[in-house]
Formats: sequence, C-alpha cells, structure tokens
Amino acid sequence: MYNKGTIIPGLIIFVVLMLFAIFNNAGTKVEAPKVEKPVGYKECVKPVQYMKESHMELLNVWRDEVIREGKREKVEAGGVLYDKSLQNGCMHCHTSKKKFCDVCHEFASVYPYCWDCHVAPQEDVAMKEAR
Amino acid sequence: MDSSRRKFLKIAGISAVAGIGAPSALNMLMKNEVRASSEGAGHGAQTDAHGAAAGHGAAPTGKRYGMVIDTVKFHDNPGLAEKCIEACHSYFNVPDFGNKKDEIKWIWQEPFTNAFPGDESHYKKDDRTHAMQFMVLCNHCDNPPCVRACPTKATFKNADGIIMMDFHRCIGCRFCMAACPYGSRSFNWRDPRGSKDGVPFIKKINPEFPTRMRGVVEKCSFCDLRVKQGLQPLCVEATGDTKAMVFGDLNDPNSEISQVLKARFTIQRKPSLGTMPSVFYII
Repeated sequence: MYNKGTIIPGLIIFVVLMLFAIFNNAGTKVEAPKVEKPVGYKECVKPVQYMKESHMELLNVWRDEVIREGKREKVEAGGVLYDKSLQNGCMHCHTSKKKFCDVCHEFASVYPYCWDCHVAPQEDVAMKEAR
Repeated sequence: MDSSRRKFLKIAGISAVAGIGAPSALNMLMKNEVRASSEGAGHGAQTDAHGAAAGHGAAPTGKRYGMVIDTVKFHDNPGLAEKCIEACHSYFNVPDFGNKKDEIKWIWQEPFTNAFPGDESHYKKDDRTHAMQFMVLCNHCDNPPCVRACPTKATFKNADGIIMMDFHRCIGCRFCMAACPYGSRSFNWRDPRGSKDGVPFIKKINPEFPTRMRGVVEKCSFCDLRVKQGLQPLCVEATGDTKAMVFGDLNDPNSEISQVLKARFTIQRKPSLGTMPSVFYII
C-alpha cells in the first residue's frame, strides 16, 4: 500500500471526527420537549399516544375526507364537537402554535409546511376571540 | 443440406414475423383494456351521475349545483357586484397584488365582449348590453377541461358537481389555466402573505380559511364548505333579497334555480365548447 503513513492516520482522524458527536453526547440526558397543554379541555379526538405518534396521518386523513370526499361532519371528543380542520379544529384548543406545534417540531428538526397556507391563531388570543 | 437450409430460413422467417407481430398485437389488446377501464373509473362514472342534466345519458341521480345570474338586476343595483366580490374575496383570503398581471380573482366583472366572445351574432348590439358589466366566476362545468388537464388531480369534480381545488396537491404547472376557456383560474406568482410598500396583499386575514402559498393555482369553489352546511354561497348571500343570483341543484326539478331556468331565457358562456357550464345568465 502506498502512502500508508498518511492514509491510516487520516482514516483514524476521519472516524474520530465523525463519531465525536456521538461520544460527546453519550450519557447526557436530553430533556423531552414540554408542550403547552390546552386549558379547559381534557380529551383529544384520539388518545394522546396516538396523537403524539400519528397526528400527521390523522391530518392527512382529515384533509382527504374533507376536501376530496366532502365528509365534513364533526368529530366528537369528551362531549364537544370539533371541525375536522387544523386551523379551526386542532387550534381551537391548542391556541398557540409556538408553544404547541413548534416546540416538538423544532426539537425533532421537522419543518412541515402546514403554516405556509393555514393561518395560525394569533398568539395568546384564543380562537374564540379571534372570531 | 439444401433442404435443411431452406427449412432453417423458413423457420427463421416465421419466427421473425411472429416476434415482431406478437408484441404489437398484445399491445393493441392491452390498450383496449386500459381504455375501457379508465372510462369506467374516471369521467365515465361522473357523466353517469351528472352528465344527464346537460341533455344526454341516463337520468340524473347525483347533485349538480349551478347558478343563475340576473345581469339586469346587477345593472340596476350599482355597487351590488362589488359587494359580492368583497364578500367572497375577504372570506377566502384572496390577495390583491395591486397589479393586473398578477391579479387573483374568484369572482369578477367583465364587459359583454369578454364574457361572451363569439356571441356577437350581429355587429350592432344595443348600447345597454355594451355598457353593462357581467359577473363572471368559475362555471363549474359539467365537462371540465381543467380537471382533465390536471396531472396531479389537484382539481377534481366532487360528488355535488362542484369543481374543487385541493391546494395541497397543486404543483403549480398551470395546465388547468391553459385548459380553462373562461380564465377562471389565477396563479399566485407571488407569496400572498407578503406585502408591498408596507401594505399587505391580504388586507385582513380571515382565520377561518387558509391563505395560499406562492406557486399555487386558485379559483372559486362555489363555497362548497357552506353548501355542505346548507348555506348559500357568500356572493349569493351578499345579493340578499334582490335575487340577482340564484343558487341550487340543477338536477332537482323543484329547486328554485330549476324554476328560474324554466321561466326565463338564459345563456351560458361559450356553450359551443361543450364544457356545459353550470352558471347561467339572464341578459
């Protein structure tokens, strides 16, 4: 092998550099993001665990049902009827995009484009007041 | 040796013919199948539901929403048209970019020659017709060319005969705009959330309806979300008691719109194109 003297140390430096982030953070505890829970509402349209894992799937299903199939009937949770809608349904209770959506999305480094079109409720002003 | 060479050539020739011929024969069979099945699943099924209202096919079963616009009443009530436009555009967050080239419009006004081109059966129309402005909007055609042109099915005909836009799916190719003979579709060349000289393109964002993003086509939706709730479209509601606009199910012979269409002479925009518009005009 030619240039053994430079290649092997180079490889070692490369591997160490690449793995540095893993070793550096090993053992340190990462705080899970804390989202703001809605005030005055106890039940969501689906179990909390499902919403944590699959809320995006539910939103897609709602989108297709509402726009494509015209199924606009409301969904019930804890005796209250909600629109199958991100900005009129979800954000009815979760009144802050910054303290609810963004906290997790930024932690997980996902940037969905919902809000390019959908209108986020005005911060700290409940949907009801906005209407 | 001679005979076996002869045999070989024969077999080679036959295989060559079979080899060339068989795929194309198969292709023809396959194509027929595909065409038959796409007719069944796509537009064929829709014409079963709605096509009959336009004068051919089986009896209508589904709904087909339509509108009658009494242009005389709009002419007699100055300001009414602007009220309708404002009601629509403010609810649906339609941006005003402040220049004609980028203009977004769901419902707007056109003079006779623009609204009904090709209908100048003689070159001297009465002054009133030429002076009048006509409310125009998406015709929600029974045979919509935009739907056929859309490569992503972002625009489609729903069960009520309304031509819908699914903004989520629109890729901004603008084929639908080229296909629409009425200019009912507008493209967001700029971000509707932006502003120019400190003036936002959407004066006041309605929090109940989304805006659009740059690169999306938009158009009138016949207020499908209101129609589903049993309400009238916003423009029709804005006309109030003037009855300048009548909205309803064209397939229901007892609906108000069917009665109006039976009683009054109406015209459609560019009927010769065969798009079968659902918007009718009393001139």
